[in-house]
Amino acid sequence: MDKQSRWAQLRPYMMIAPAMAGILAFVIYPILYLIYLSFFKYNLMNKDKSKFIGLDNFTQIFTRADFYKALSNTMIYTASVVLLTMFISLLIAVWLNKKSKINVIVQAGIFTPHIISIVSISLVWLWLMEPNLGFLNYVLKTLGLPPSQWLQSSKTALLSVIIVSVWQGIGYYVLIIVAALQSISPSIYEAAALDNASKWKVFYKITLPIISPQLFFILVIMTIGSFKVFDTVQVMTGGGPNNATNTIVYYIYGFRTTNIGYSAATGVVLMAIIGLLTFVYFRLLSKKVHYQ
Amino acid sequence: MKTFEFKYVRFAVGLVLKAAMLMVFIFPFLWMISTSLQTFRETLSFPPTWIPAVPQWRNFIEAMSAGPFLTYAKNSVIVTTSIIVIQMLVMIPAAYAFAKYKFIGKNVLFGMILLAFMIPGQVTFIPVYMMMADWGLIKTLMPQIIPFMSNAFGIFLLRQYFMQIPEEIVEAARLDNASEFKIMWNIMIPMAKPALATVALFSFVSHWNDYFWPLIMTDSASIRPLTLGIAMLRETEGISNWHIIMAGNVVLVVPILIVYLFCSKQIVKAFVYSGIK
Repeated sequence: MDKQSRWAQLRPYMMIAPAMAGILAFVIYPILYLIYLSFFKYNLMNKDKSKFIGLDNFTQIFTRADFYKALSNTMIYTASVVLLTMFISLLIAVWLNKKSKINVIVQAGIFTPHIISIVSISLVWLWLMEPNLGFLNYVLKTLGLPPSQWLQSSKTALLSVIIVSVWQGIGYYVLIIVAALQSISPSIYEAAALDNASKWKVFYKITLPIISPQLFFILVIMTIGSFKVFDTVQVMTGGGPNNATNTIVYYIYGFRTTNIGYSAATGVVLMAIIGLLTFVYFRLLSKKVHYQ
Repeated sequence: MKTFEFKYVRFAVGLVLKAAMLMVFIFPFLWMISTSLQTFRETLSFPPTWIPAVPQWRNFIEAMSAGPFLTYAKNSVIVTTSIIVIQMLVMIPAAYAFAKYKFIGKNVLFGMILLAFMIPGQVTFIPVYMMMADWGLIKTLMPQIIPFMSNAFGIFLLRQYFMQIPEEIVEAARLDNASEFKIMWNIMIPMAKPALATVALFSFVSHWNDYFWPLIMTDSASIRPLTLGIAMLRETEGISNWHIIMAGNVVLVVPILIVYLFCSKQIVKAFVYSGIK
């Protein structure tokens, strides 16, 4: 009996052991390792030659212009993607809110890019945005507008990457907002109709507050997701032209073999930013968000 | 009568606008397919060729012989299925324990899982790569598989699901002298099928499409997945051979598109479900 009860006590730990081992080995330990590496001038060829340099990597990060360029690019990218995606998805979701066969098909259609590899998406858009033969410039010319250099000019490259990301993301957020809208009880709207409230007022005063938890969720995952943008940049621009699309993760990636300590330190900075964003969001918005 | 007409016009305009919007999201893929069947000359023409005069199927052969694509495809399949199988084995008992047992340290341990949920691979890739190198696994498929053994999102989702299963069912089974393993296998898992399907679909889509992680973890063709092979077509085929690049791209996209065409409902549901919970 004693043996059995001890087993009963141990059982939950045995059951979570593999999962915890995975998280310890591939999340917790790497984080500590990353912080450790960030204090070193690391020598990949000969570990013994690695030198502890304290916070030098960090002082270097915050004095280098190329880091600030990558940081500001990432921030512009994130702000634009989040705002545009949020606005457009909300608009489309309200439009496709009614349950009908057509709306379901359209929703499934605009969701398609979300399940396709970013590699494919990037290659297709690279072709569409090709300055001489691409389809987009053909459309612009046909409409009598001046063609754009899209990804090949430092003026428009970041915007082009933003367009592709927004295009890919919208479908997913439309789905979530539509699901949120459809879960609102019709009786609430009936009450508003009795009060003769205008459509805009109903949306602003009733709909928006009710779906704010979902919007908040979207805001958080979109911001964090956008901050780690890499794939589109790697395939479409390689950070160029002239660093115009260099982002933080791409920056870290660039130093991963040449200067591991510095690269790790930038990784620590990225982790701090993501942590801070999550924390601030939960703090600030949890008070304003309406929960049913 | 007037309001009837107004309604009719409104519906028609709405339909046209919806079709136009749908086109914005579908057209790039149609364009990709059209280009993949054109000759090099046709891709250079301006105004562009809409439909190729004679479909150039050999573009696909050329794209596929630009690299060891059979190996790439095999690697993609092995990596994706291994991840899903391992995740299931690891996730189910963990989620069950977190949902149905009381034990010391439970909250702290679950907090660690939530933390893992927040930390992206873009933060941990350098140390994980170095660990893999230390363990001598860099030349194998392992670095693409084992870092994903614990699916934090999956554990979280499945735990929610298990918690909704009434305690009485479990108690009744215990009274019948069913072992804990049997309870998990015969009662919990069948009831949690929708959640398991969601997690599996999610894992499939995200790892089949993954680019960043294999890019970091592989340095030879023999262990690369399809995504990397296709991305490399631009280097091996030259950046202006769009018909070949698009042919390769079609090979990567079409399997997922076909899966999506047949179970778009489940996939859409899975994504919505994961977003709301």
